[in-house]
Amino acid sequence: MKLFAELIKTLDSTNKTNLKVEALASYFKKAENVDKVWTIAILSHRRPPRPINTTVLRSWAAELANIPLWLFEESYHIVGDLAETIALVVPASNESTQKPLSQFLKEFITLKKKDDQEKKSYVLENWSKLNYYERFVFTKLITGGFRIGVSQKLMTRALSKATEIDEDILAYKLMGNWDPDTITFEDLILRERPEDFLSKPYPFYLAYAIEEEVSGLGNVKEWSIEYKWDGIRAQVIIRNKELFVWSRGEELVTDKYPEFRQFVEEIPNGTVLDGEILPFPEGAIGTFNDLQTRIGRKTISKTLLAKTPVILKVYDILEWEEKDIRTSTYLERRKILEKLFLQYNNHNTGSNKNTLQLSERISLETWKDVAEERAKSREICSEGLMLKRNDAIYKVGRKKGDWWKWKVDPLTIDAVLTYAMRGHGRRSNLFTDYTFALWNRENTELVTFAKAYSGLTDAEFKQVDSWIKKNTLERFGPVRSVTPELVFEIAFEGIAFSKRHKSGIATRFPRILRWRQDKKIEEANTLEDLKAMIPSSK
Amino acid sequence: MLTPLLVFNENGIYCEAADVYIDPWRPVNKAIISHSHADHSRWGHKQYITHHTNIPIIKHRLGEINVSGKSYDETFTINNVKFSLHPAGHIIGSSQIRVEHKGEVWVFTGDYKIEDDGISQVFEPVKCHTFITECTFGLPPFKWEPQELVFNNINTWWDTNKSEGKTSVLFGYSLGKAQRLLKHLDSSIGKIYTHGAIENMTEVIRPMIDLPDTTLITKETKKTDLLGHIVLAPPSAHGSTWIRKMVPYVTASASGWMTFRGARRRRAIDKGFVLSDHCDWQGLLTAIKATEAHKIICTHGYTDIFSRYLREQGYDARTEKTQYEGELTDSEVDKADGGKS
Repeated sequence: MKLFAELIKTLDSTNKTNLKVEALASYFKKAENVDKVWTIAILSHRRPPRPINTTVLRSWAAELANIPLWLFEESYHIVGDLAETIALVVPASNESTQKPLSQFLKEFITLKKKDDQEKKSYVLENWSKLNYYERFVFTKLITGGFRIGVSQKLMTRALSKATEIDEDILAYKLMGNWDPDTITFEDLILRERPEDFLSKPYPFYLAYAIEEEVSGLGNVKEWSIEYKWDGIRAQVIIRNKELFVWSRGEELVTDKYPEFRQFVEEIPNGTVLDGEILPFPEGAIGTFNDLQTRIGRKTISKTLLAKTPVILKVYDILEWEEKDIRTSTYLERRKILEKLFLQYNNHNTGSNKNTLQLSERISLETWKDVAEERAKSREICSEGLMLKRNDAIYKVGRKKGDWWKWKVDPLTIDAVLTYAMRGHGRRSNLFTDYTFALWNRENTELVTFAKAYSGLTDAEFKQVDSWIKKNTLERFGPVRSVTPELVFEIAFEGIAFSKRHKSGIATRFPRILRWRQDKKIEEANTLEDLKAMIPSSK
Repeated sequence: MLTPLLVFNENGIYCEAADVYIDPWRPVNKAIISHSHADHSRWGHKQYITHHTNIPIIKHRLGEINVSGKSYDETFTINNVKFSLHPAGHIIGSSQIRVEHKGEVWVFTGDYKIEDDGISQVFEPVKCHTFITECTFGLPPFKWEPQELVFNNINTWWDTNKSEGKTSVLFGYSLGKAQRLLKHLDSSIGKIYTHGAIENMTEVIRPMIDLPDTTLITKETKKTDLLGHIVLAPPSAHGSTWIRKMVPYVTASASGWMTFRGARRRRAIDKGFVLSDHCDWQGLLTAIKATEAHKIICTHGYTDIFSRYLREQGYDARTEKTQYEGELTDSEVDKADGGKS
């Protein structure tokens, strides 16, 4: 635990990726194997279930700190992190523990089944015996994940550095269901398995957004136009009768999309496809909102699977008949892809046929036609267009020149700041989470329509934060209502009617585009203006 | 109804019976000043009254002003109202202000801390009926460790940076925090360099207390000269080109706000030391108890929360709006160096 707490402290105290990797790698070299397994589990979101709910933790902490519960809650709102608040308010101890990390986690597993009294004495004893940082880490392990900017990918890189095993192979070893309570480090990481090499993906080719006029790209005939879809970019690998699905973050997500299991039977071995995972509720491509119900879930229930199935929209083919074909031109690869789809559609007549779809190539004659097509994107839940040069090879990483994304402009509206809340983590104790409102039909009342957390510079956040502190009307726990005075231009990607929102409208990815210091609140937009933006076809 | 001895008006804290203001935020005729931080000691009053020790400091900040000095415990009378200054322990020359009229006693703290920092006159509890207190850190998460521990950590940090061939850059306010840091840095580790703002203020304070030698960083200072040594700089220097020229360096901040993990990360400071010239939660409660006051007025900081807690403890506590910058966190320091932490 001591070593693990030190590790978390180091990770927490830097925002430089290299230093994080270094700290993790040195931990993986020093720690006991059994602790390493638990560390990997914690950093890959495989913690044992929460043994104690946070409500009782709060009341025990308040009791131990000898303060009323409301004061604990106020402190929590200001600190912005529950475990940190607890570690700060309970009486200080400067003892340190010799108990290994693995033992704490094993204790948590048995603790879950015990009654509240036993839980309480266990927790209180540990709080009083651990030093500040250990106390924080101990409580964090009970309450939830560490927000310390360590992705599974970063951890895998560090593990690779410490063990000298290839990163992609480690990523494969770490996927799937393994139980940190029973598996050994030897079995999980060190033992070599031939199948580890099967899963290796290719690096993704990524496009930049086009900033100049598209007409500058030359003859439109030299370009292929496809829709740009708003899902999860993914690589699907079929090798040796096995399926591997990699997300663009180079995370193995095979288990999250059971719909794709059928590809093993339908797609020949030695094939690697590049595409987009998209939600497909009610037989049509849905919005990113739909997909969000699937992301982050480790296990997918049958109901969810039926309600929000996913499909793969295939953009490209990188490996065919066990050969890397990335140096062929786009058109050559496209020809192979079309052949593959012909076979697929001939063999597959079942209802699952839709699960694999070929990205449409739109044939257009002029750049003006292209622009018109782009303008229609929102109606079909597409984000805009992709422009790909016909003779381009499949490159590595984000490169300019041959691939461009041409997204539709975000929708924007001028709204009034009405409520503010303190941020979390890096932004704790600073009002950075805002609620915005628009005028009702009569222009008499401001109606909340969206929350936004990003888009201002640090300097602007400071300015607005200080304004909020001076213009607070009322406080509701962590939330403050403020004098309606500041106007912001809010941008968002999509818009739809919604029953869950007071305004009756849901916006996708609302963020602050700029602070309209030139506008008075009377000049802000109305809800009617917002409604007028909803595409009529939906 | 009788006018209270002290009222909060648009200019500051006003004693009508004496026609005098305490730490006013707008220009007035006569002002009694607790200490020289910018939010308590403003420019433009016709007459200033403050502690002797504070006179060179306030003149350094405000220029030639009409100021008269008092000693601690020296009673002076204005229109039959008795005033006296008492050590506040906040920074050098800082005072609490006691006001007595017709048997009623009020005490205004300005800013204060109860720990002996080794350079400021140590806080003295003063018995009163009404106690006007700051509560910048009036929240249970704020708990200070004894300063010996903190300075041990700071010196160890410096020594470690030195062994890694790096320059240590330590941020603290030019008045108060900088001299407190300076006093306790272990100059056997290396040389102590200063930013101009800190050097100038320290020169003013040097005649009053014994401080280690410092070297001002000038255009002629080479960055290789600095390696392994420590640089004291005001927080506003963070991220400036002035600092960037010192590569390789590591930064640290010494402030009560460093209690929060988020505060340090937000400013991208490598290390945070929790060290404040204000009271922590327990310090405030201890100080209030020692005054034996029943009426408590909270002026700045987490006033609403703190006064609610005091009411639950049986005090007659309330909040008054002032322009003292209790919430002066790292998000606000850039525009207000000369403030506090």
